[in-house]
Formats: sequence, C-alpha cells, structure tokens
Amino acid sequence: MTLDINKIRKDFPILQEKVHGKDLVYFDNAATTQKPTQVIDEMVKYYYKYNSNIHRGVHYLSNKSTDGNENARKIVQNFINAEHLHEIIFTRGTTESVNLVANSFADRYIGEGDEVIVSEMEHHSNIVPWQLVCEKKKAVLKVLPFNDNGELLVDQLDEMITERTKIVAVNHISNSLGTINPIQKIIDITHARGVKVLVDAAQSVQHLKIDVQEWDVDFLVFSGHKLYGPTGIGVLYGKEDLLNEMPPWQGGGEMIKEVRFSGTTYNELPFKFEAGTPNYIDAIGLGAAIEYVENIGLENIDAYEQELLAYATEKLSSIEGLKIYGTAEHKTSVISFLVDGIHFYDMGMLLDQMGIAVRTGTHCTEPVMQHFGIDGTVRASFSFYNTKEEIDVLYNGILKVCKMFVH
Amino acid sequence: MTINEIQEEIIEEFAGFEDWMDKYAYLIELGTDLQGLDEKYQTDQNLIKGCQSKVWFNASLEEGKVKLEADSDAIIVKGIAALLIRVFNNQTPEDIMNADLKFIDEIGLKQHLSPTRSNGLVSMVKQIKMYGIAFNHVK
Repeated sequence: MTLDINKIRKDFPILQEKVHGKDLVYFDNAATTQKPTQVIDEMVKYYYKYNSNIHRGVHYLSNKSTDGNENARKIVQNFINAEHLHEIIFTRGTTESVNLVANSFADRYIGEGDEVIVSEMEHHSNIVPWQLVCEKKKAVLKVLPFNDNGELLVDQLDEMITERTKIVAVNHISNSLGTINPIQKIIDITHARGVKVLVDAAQSVQHLKIDVQEWDVDFLVFSGHKLYGPTGIGVLYGKEDLLNEMPPWQGGGEMIKEVRFSGTTYNELPFKFEAGTPNYIDAIGLGAAIEYVENIGLENIDAYEQELLAYATEKLSSIEGLKIYGTAEHKTSVISFLVDGIHFYDMGMLLDQMGIAVRTGTHCTEPVMQHFGIDGTVRASFSFYNTKEEIDVLYNGILKVCKMFVH
Repeated sequence: MTINEIQEEIIEEFAGFEDWMDKYAYLIELGTDLQGLDEKYQTDQNLIKGCQSKVWFNASLEEGKVKLEADSDAIIVKGIAALLIRVFNNQTPEDIMNADLKFIDEIGLKQHLSPTRSNGLVSMVKQIKMYGIAFNHVK
C-alpha cells in the first residue's frame, strides 16, 4: 500500500508551522515524534469530560478514566502480543522502565561477582542504571562491542556469557547509528545459556512489528513519545513469572494489598509496580497513538521510511567531505553524519536557521562517539510524515552551510 | 573605548546585515580570524562547560587591565567568543563586573543565551564576569 503522505501530514498540526520564517522540516524524530490530532483530541477529551483519579473510585468519572487506562493497557498488550494483560506495566518512559528492572531484578537475582552485559551502542539510559546497580551489588558490567559499520559483534556474545551472567540488556535499534540489531539471535544465544534478556525497543516500536512471545524476550521497554504518543508515559513488558518473583521497586498507594505497621503486603501485577496515581491520561494518549500507527500499518511505515533512508543516504553521501556514522546492513531511518571541517554544532545551528530541525551532539551515546573518536554528530531521523522534498531541503541546506565555510 | 561604546559599534555593524546568512557568515569569519589559544591553555581549568562545543577562556591582568583569549572547536561559538573578547578585552575588572551586556540581545543572538542552548554562551559571560570579580579582588 502506498501511503498518502499529504493526508497523513494534515494529521500533524505542528508540521504546518514556520520556523525562522521557513517551512518546518522536522528531522528529529529519533528524539521525539510529533503527535497527530487523533492523540491530542483523545487526551483533551478525557481532560474535558472524564478526568478523575482511577481505580477504586465508585463514581462514574472514575470508572470512565479507569476504563480508558485499562483499555490502553489492552492496546499495548495486543500491540506487542504479550500473553497476559498484567505483564504490561506503565512507567514514565524507557528510562524508568530500565531503572525499574535494573533495581528490582538486581535485588532478587544479582549478587557480588555476578555479571550484567550491555552493548557498546546503548543509550545512556541502558548503561547508567546497570552501572549503579553493579556498583551497589559489587557486580561486573561487561560490554559487547560493535564494528566500524556499527554492527554488534554478536558472535562474541556466547563467549562473554559465563555462569555468573544474570542478564543481557541491549537495544533493538541504536538511536545514534540506526543499526537494527539481530535481536532474535541475541535472545536465542543468551537463553541457551539460561540468562535473561532485556530489549530496549525505544527506537524500534515505531518502525517494526514486535512480538514478545515470538521473540521469547524476558523484558521489553519503550516510550510513548517516540511512538507518536505523549511524553511521560512508557511501558515495561515483563514475563509474568519474573515480575511475580521480583520485589516492588517504589512504594506508595495503588501498589499495596494491605498496609500494617507490622508488615505490608503487595498488590498483584501490574499494580505492584505502579505506585502512586498512574499517568492515566498519557496512557490513554499512548493507546490512541498505537491505534493511529496500526491504522497506517507498521509494514507500510517501515517500507516508506526505508525508501526515505535510501534516498537520503544516496543524496547525503554525494556531498564532498560528508561521512555517515552507522553504515550497518540493516538500518532504520536514522543518519548520523559529519562534514569535514565543520563542527556538528555549527551545522545544526545553521540548518536551524533554514527551518530544519536535526539533533547534534552525542545523542546520549558517548561510548559510540568514543568508538569513532569523535565528539558528536549531526543526526537526521525520518518518520513516515517526512518527504523526499524535505530531504532535498536538508541536502541543499548542508551544501549551503559547506559554502559558508569555504570562504 | 568603553564597553558601551564597543557594544554600540557591534550593534551598528550587525544592523547592516540583511539576513541571517550574512550575520552567521560574519560570525564564521570572526571565528576563523580569532587567534586561538595555545594548547597549553586548553586545559580543563579553562574549559567552559557547554554540552555541545568546547570553549576555553584564558584571562590575565596586565597593568590593571584584563587580557582575554579564547578558543572553541565550533567556529560560530568561536565567533561569538571573539565578540565577547572585543567587548571585554583591555577593560578594567571593575568595568567588566559592572557591565550591562546588551549587544547579544540586540544583534539577535539572544536565542543562544538560553541556558538550554548549551553552547556555553551564558557560561562564557558568567566566566568573564567572574574574572572581573576575581581580578578586582586581587587589585
């Protein structure tokens, strides 16, 4: 199916905005995606008509909001094909999901001398929580490296795993390189050694269909705001038996069964991990976002974004002195690059003057920058609402910047 | 020239630019022309923490006047540093301390002043003022 991009663009009000008097070209989708009116309207509707704190309410509004929240959970469950509804935990985002697992899993399963494996291309949010936990537990953090194309050396994984290894935490797609990692292979190798796997899907749920049962993954984490949903809502999927064995992470209302000063008992899944008033309006927004994406179809989205990636890669590669970082065989629509003699910050600032939004810097992946011996890159990341014409604007913009620097 | 006279001069210069490209081309030119810092001064101590680009400032006091040098790995940032040097170099610590910095706003670089822009312009100005305070104390 060919997507009607003009029609799709009308769903995203922000795309009609002008920046510095120019048409906005939004190429910062790997940082956050824009929101369609379908998502905004649904959230506004709840604030206007149904807002009330959820769960345990006896009145109409509370039931309405509770239904909205639990319906969103159901939508997430179907979206990633989880076996049970209660395996879906709402969090603030990917970062909180990783922190929850790192802390709670470590409490139960990680001790002195045990090992955690992450990859060299992880976002800081899938490194630092594990570093903190390893420090606390006197455990060891090991790093699976990648090659100069930005492909993980998965063949080294089996060798790295020992009987002390407790968990492997890797991303499905790298936010700074765009690499799509062979996640099934990673899960299979790790499981064959009896070790658990956490997959950071923050950069993949918006591009590729994920089936947690087919993967047999133990934990999957992602954010709502990179999936055309609101900020402040994220998901942790965990296998039921693991989540049941793991202790609560945060205490508060909602997560308890009975509170006594002599000892408190905890609520069942998923509420055991959802302390405090849940972010139900954003959860409802996330549900609407997933419905929006599924309506368009992830296969269609992926096919079109691959088209954009191929077009942009060819165009940008033709620019003299431009080097792309992240040239893996399997990539998503992310291009990290530098132009000889031009600092990424200068490039980003000048492109901004032309209405083009790109991200510059380390993209929260300092180890990736260290791998290539650079301080940062310019990153353009495309979504299904972007067009080839916009890529032409970027291409011409980069040429213009290059020209400014020749003088 | 006083700090204010130099600021007026810069504002007048920038008023002549017709569009953003001329303005930035000029900043690139200033950045390219600014003599950088000797590597021995590119130390962590002189580094101004800005998330995206590195900026170093070195200051000394000679005959009651503050001497400033700067460098950056990003040319536009270096160009902005060059403007700051033009304004503050050879001024007394007291004048630097009391200076009201208005030219950044007036030449349309205000967007770079927001702390979240992370190019360290806020930190640059703060650092220069700190030098002013420190040297005033020494004197």
